[in-house]
Amino acid sequence: MTIEDYQGIFTFAQQVRGELTPVSLELIGKARDLAQISDTEVGVILAGNNVAHLVKDLIAYGADRVILIEDAVLDEYRTEPYTQAVTAVIEAYKPEIMLFGATAIGRDLAPRVAGRLHTGLTADCTSLEIDPENNQFRMTRPAFGGNLMATIICPDHYPAMATVRPGVMVKELRDDSRKGEIVRFDYQFEENQNYFEVEEVIKKITQKIDIQDAKVLVAGGRGVGGEAGFELLQGLADALGGEIASSRAAVDAGWQPKERQVGQTGKTVRPSLYFACGISGAIQHLAGMEESDYIVAIDKNPDAPIFNVADLGIVGDLHRIVPLLTERILAERAG
Amino acid sequence: MDFSLKNEYEMARTLFRDFAQKEVAPLAVEIDENHRFPTETLKKMQQNGFMGIPFSKEWGGQGCDYLTYVLAVEEISKVCGTTGVILSAHTSLGAGAINELGTPEQKEKFLRSLVDGRKLGAFALTEPDAGTDAAGQQTKAVLDGDEWVINGNKIFITNAGEADIYVVFAMTDKSAGTRGISAFIVEKGTPGFEFGVNEKKMGIRGSATRELIFRDCRIPKENLLGREGKGFGVAMGTLDGGRIGIAAQALGIAEGALEKTIEYVKERKQFGRPISAFQNTQFTLAEMKTEIEAARYLVYLAASKFDKGEKFGTEAAMAKLKASRVASWVTDQAVQLHGGYGYIQDYEIERMMRDAKITEIYEGTSEVMLMVISGALLK
Amino acid sequence: MKIIVCIKQVPDTTEVRLDPKTGTLIREGVPSIMNPDDKAGLEAALRLKDEYGAHVSVITMGPYQAKAVLREAFAMGADAAYLVTDRAFAASDTWATSSILAGAISKLEYDLIITGRQAIDGDTAQVGPEIAEHLGIPNVSYAEELHLEGDEIVVKRQFEDYSHLVRAKLPALITAMGELNTPRYMTPGGIFDAFRAKEIVEWNRVDVPVDDGDIGYRGSPTRVVKSFPKTVKVPGMKIEEGVEESAEFILDKLKEKYLL
Repeated sequence: MTIEDYQGIFTFAQQVRGELTPVSLELIGKARDLAQISDTEVGVILAGNNVAHLVKDLIAYGADRVILIEDAVLDEYRTEPYTQAVTAVIEAYKPEIMLFGATAIGRDLAPRVAGRLHTGLTADCTSLEIDPENNQFRMTRPAFGGNLMATIICPDHYPAMATVRPGVMVKELRDDSRKGEIVRFDYQFEENQNYFEVEEVIKKITQKIDIQDAKVLVAGGRGVGGEAGFELLQGLADALGGEIASSRAAVDAGWQPKERQVGQTGKTVRPSLYFACGISGAIQHLAGMEESDYIVAIDKNPDAPIFNVADLGIVGDLHRIVPLLTERILAERAG
Repeated sequence: MDFSLKNEYEMARTLFRDFAQKEVAPLAVEIDENHRFPTETLKKMQQNGFMGIPFSKEWGGQGCDYLTYVLAVEEISKVCGTTGVILSAHTSLGAGAINELGTPEQKEKFLRSLVDGRKLGAFALTEPDAGTDAAGQQTKAVLDGDEWVINGNKIFITNAGEADIYVVFAMTDKSAGTRGISAFIVEKGTPGFEFGVNEKKMGIRGSATRELIFRDCRIPKENLLGREGKGFGVAMGTLDGGRIGIAAQALGIAEGALEKTIEYVKERKQFGRPISAFQNTQFTLAEMKTEIEAARYLVYLAASKFDKGEKFGTEAAMAKLKASRVASWVTDQAVQLHGGYGYIQDYEIERMMRDAKITEIYEGTSEVMLMVISGALLK
Repeated sequence: MKIIVCIKQVPDTTEVRLDPKTGTLIREGVPSIMNPDDKAGLEAALRLKDEYGAHVSVITMGPYQAKAVLREAFAMGADAAYLVTDRAFAASDTWATSSILAGAISKLEYDLIITGRQAIDGDTAQVGPEIAEHLGIPNVSYAEELHLEGDEIVVKRQFEDYSHLVRAKLPALITAMGELNTPRYMTPGGIFDAFRAKEIVEWNRVDVPVDDGDIGYRGSPTRVVKSFPKTVKVPGMKIEEGVEESAEFILDKLKEKYLL
């Protein structure tokens, strides 16, 4: 078997109890990009129980072919039956690339499949490319706690497998007129020593807010002025799906609880997006948030030190800018 | 001679530092502000074997050595002088005395629970009229049948009221002077044994400092520690070891102050530059560091002689003399370099300055240290 | 009951800083620690030792300096420790690493194998499940709670917004998350024992049953062709406009950065 025998960019369509996980569509979007360079097709593996209704969505979002395996044993996710299913499809179709979402399922399933196929797996990729000159598949991912990016190749083993970070790749626009092939894949599951039982599915009750877990934080300081001002920030936080955070000044003033305090004597946070509203940017505060991926600062004072670390600095009145921004974001989301 | 602390000592230091940062430091400001004994920290130290570090596994201790114990006091005192002295008074004085002089029965009955983490110990020598002049003991113990009856007062006793087991000194034969003093083990809850109020202190405020009041307090005669009339020697010998603990506490306080100051001077900007750029700051830091290192090796030397079974009393005195003076001087300089912020409670450096002072006084004042050292020189 | 815990010595990546001038990682002075997920796994094993008298062995693949985490494990209470070390193992990817560890583990008796979910330097979360695949045993990943019931292990297995209660027959492999527990401290006595009373067993290439084709650079299906630091933060743009313009500007930037 040589590389020429392997064709096709395949993705795993993760579904939980009949609902597609968003990353599944993002994977197809990326697979289409790769397939164009490689001049090949996008295949999507859909495994589950009573999941046939999802096939049309997968095709509408770009699958050229959906390989469907349905069986009662695939009802709730378990490592071994899903590994058997995916491995069987890969062995039958021999794709050159196989993508999974880097989810709790994907990061359990993909290594088991890669182990069974004796091939390479790259975890949590944020960028995937095929070099058109040499057809080399390059997977880039963060390592070292996110401090370093590494580009990885899998030159001699097939398929090259990757788990992909959710929320990074872009799904295609939905097109219900798209056509795709549907293949029902028959597979005899073998109940072996790797099986285990799922006794119970436990839904999560909403937990205590931990600002360190939030991907988006809208933080307020002395400039917010009071609880009424924080309500404006809450509106923005809700619109962005984020949480409220606070500088020490606002906590000391009693406008926010200590759990939301960011800074030297509070918490250190690293969200993807950090809004600093009415926060001057004392060193003690910066120490707690300067590692945020993207920092937007809004403050009346053009010389406030917060602007030294902000990616985007807005000199202005937060009490007017924030509610307007919130309105615009909600409109954008709806449209 | 290899001055580096490797392997088990390096790992032990990491353990103590980790514990200090996670469990001790977060409480330091509050227990100082409220003069509150950190019961929760004591429990954690007990659960992790910190209260029995230099004691033999035979008695339920950790089987390490005095140097390891010194590292514990040092690292903990860096973040909290109070917690450092709680550990030190228990280990060197309370448990230490019983370890040196207890009979196997006494060790089984009292030492085990002190070093395996169940009970806290204390040491009671000082009286209203007997401080540096420790021989002037007024507390009396009289043998009555199978019991000793104790009457008198002790003051400024560390861990008093919180500790379960006390090594108490009393006069058993007034006519014999220092040869008439004996040592006893007294348990909290014994009828006739009461505590005074918790003193409000300048520093180490979370540490319990109370009077012990004995009124016809009866203890079994088996609770005599060491031989009758030999108590003064017990006290002095135990205090020698205790001095190493206090020296470690002082060393830790000084180091903690220096660390905080270095952080501060790098961040604080005046005249367009961090104040660490100014030579005054740089030179002061250099002096602080040098003094600390000088003290450090005296402390480790004393501990190391203790561990080798060599005479260590003079080294212990020098270590305490030096380390306590360094602690006072370094913390004073540290506050000065912090400027106005150095006076503010939240910045913690003022507490370190208040905590440092007592190390020049208790377990033998600096003046006593000078007496011990000159005594050895002029023998 | 015999438990094997796989642990790894890693640089403390939360302490890693970028050199602002060169944009490269400053690796000197970064302390080495036991990977946090692995420590939680070790703590889980030690609790089973406390409760059931289980025998706990720890194993690590790494250079000689990795002995430090084995000693730390001893100081926490582990009974035996194995260092799998050889030049031939260097530059192994997760396939090769898991092959080597599986080979080493196959020399020992075990009822339960515990690995951490992922290491804070590699961040792959692959080695645990791949070891289970090589050994032909079930793996339950992302354990947030676990307890023993006879010859079965019951695990609360975490997904994004729900959990499974899983029952697996031993022998099995669990990957532990940091949230599983709060690991105990070493004890001073444990530290002394780790250096003075306990021995680390060293296994080199000849001691590990694994194919040459599955180890090191040659045995690794994946390889790194480039590594580079994430872009350093420099102060961004600052605007002073009207309210409308400001809100629009922010919205556009958020869209541009896929932050919406």
